[in-house]
Amino acid sequence: MSDSSKAMRIGVEGVFYSLTHVPDLVRYGSKPSRETKANHNLAEGLAKKLRSFPEAVAYAPHQVYIGNITPQGLSGLPKPWYEKLIEGASAQGRFGDLVDEEQFYSSLAASDQFELVTLEEKWFQDRGIKQTNARVPRLRPLAEVQALCDRGAFPLYSGNKLAGAFEAAHAEDANLSAEVLLENLAAKVTGAHSLSGLLKQLQMKPADVDYVISCSEEAVGDRYNRGGGNLAKAIAEEVGCENASGSDTKAFCAGPLYAMVHGASLIQSGVCRNVAVVAGGSLAKLGMKFESHLKKNMPVLEDVLGSFAVILGAAKPSAPHMRLDSAAFHPVRAGASPQVMAEFLAEKALAKLEMKLTDVDRYAVELHNPEITVPSGSGDVPRTNYLTLAALAVMRGQIQKSQMEDFVRARGMIGYAPTQGHIPSAIVYLGHALDALRDGKISNAMFIAKGSLFLGRMTQLSDGCSFLVEKG
Amino acid sequence: MLEGKKVIAIGERDGVPGPVIAECLGGAGLEVVFQVTECFV
Repeated sequence: MSDSSKAMRIGVEGVFYSLTHVPDLVRYGSKPSRETKANHNLAEGLAKKLRSFPEAVAYAPHQVYIGNITPQGLSGLPKPWYEKLIEGASAQGRFGDLVDEEQFYSSLAASDQFELVTLEEKWFQDRGIKQTNARVPRLRPLAEVQALCDRGAFPLYSGNKLAGAFEAAHAEDANLSAEVLLENLAAKVTGAHSLSGLLKQLQMKPADVDYVISCSEEAVGDRYNRGGGNLAKAIAEEVGCENASGSDTKAFCAGPLYAMVHGASLIQSGVCRNVAVVAGGSLAKLGMKFESHLKKNMPVLEDVLGSFAVILGAAKPSAPHMRLDSAAFHPVRAGASPQVMAEFLAEKALAKLEMKLTDVDRYAVELHNPEITVPSGSGDVPRTNYLTLAALAVMRGQIQKSQMEDFVRARGMIGYAPTQGHIPSAIVYLGHALDALRDGKISNAMFIAKGSLFLGRMTQLSDGCSFLVEKG
Repeated sequence: MLEGKKVIAIGERDGVPGPVIAECLGGAGLEVVFQVTECFV
């Protein structure tokens, strides 16, 4: 491997990963809300197959997400994971946590600056939910909450109880409807929770954060500025990063890796001492594959909002770091076949450092949990990506065809992230990578994410971004 | 055998993209009436 003086090393101060369990919001996911309107029986089926918080905590892939089990450990655990729950599992993890729905509703109300959220006062007081900031939630009696819902607000349920209401901010602007604002505020709250958790973990003052980049996927803005954004600054404010500004970096599922490269560049250039990269969860993707899960008599597994935060800073001697000079992008001219993606995002990126595909100890790709995707016919996404990398290594004569499975086993891992788009896209592995690098289990890890730009109907192109992280 | 047939091409992000399927089938004499690439995760 090249270790020239031009190597650009950026430190990773820490990571935080959180899952917010919101079974009663699954109905507002894009797919469930459309399908249950067309078929009311589906709504009943969905309600019967929602998981409790203890079940979500004890779900092995979630324990991997928050750092209590390694991805390698997960591959040895018996399946189906949704039945073989982890005994004694904790909602607190080595680098993150699981948050329950009651706490989420309270945080939603506390972070609302526009009287969008109303909570039912008895429900709130009976639970003694801790408040996440000084803002007092708007509390009203049940009859008033019900009246708001009758006038078009989104009901917020807690099991079969009406726990609150979420109102639109404008009668005619679809971008400020209750549906859209609930998605946006959920992203803000979950992203802020992860950043706040990380700062506490690092014992770092929020005021010491220089810049925040949000790679959340939501389109924040009104009818004249749809997607106008800067959720980053709203998150920075919520967490108390009073000296920070911020901006959003979006590229569908590749957004987090672009955000990491942009954040690292701000540090390398001397513009910032540190940068927080943060993402909140995607409410629209809740229950995306719920019909397949119901058909297979499985619980509805897409019941969590994923979020994460990373703080980048100056590289420290002997600590794992990101190699900014390894960063690679998928160019416009490249085409969208999986082979071309692997060439540009892995092979060419490594060539810059005089490395081969077989010089990478671990690849992080899109780590979707196959237990969620396989029942719907979407296949095992990480495995497909690993086989493409292995096939490229065969084509380049770096391994024999008979060694492809060994390549996948040794350099890949099983998927464990919920299908939250940007969340599973490689970045989810950074916490485990840092542990494995510190423990000497691996020398480096390559992060590769792809973005489905064609979904927005502006281009037929795909996209992608990658970089290498290595030991100190 | 396929010449003159109409076809809908649905590509997949991790597989073969829609425009590539359309290019191949169009070259084989089929009429591609709709093509799209989708992401199934």
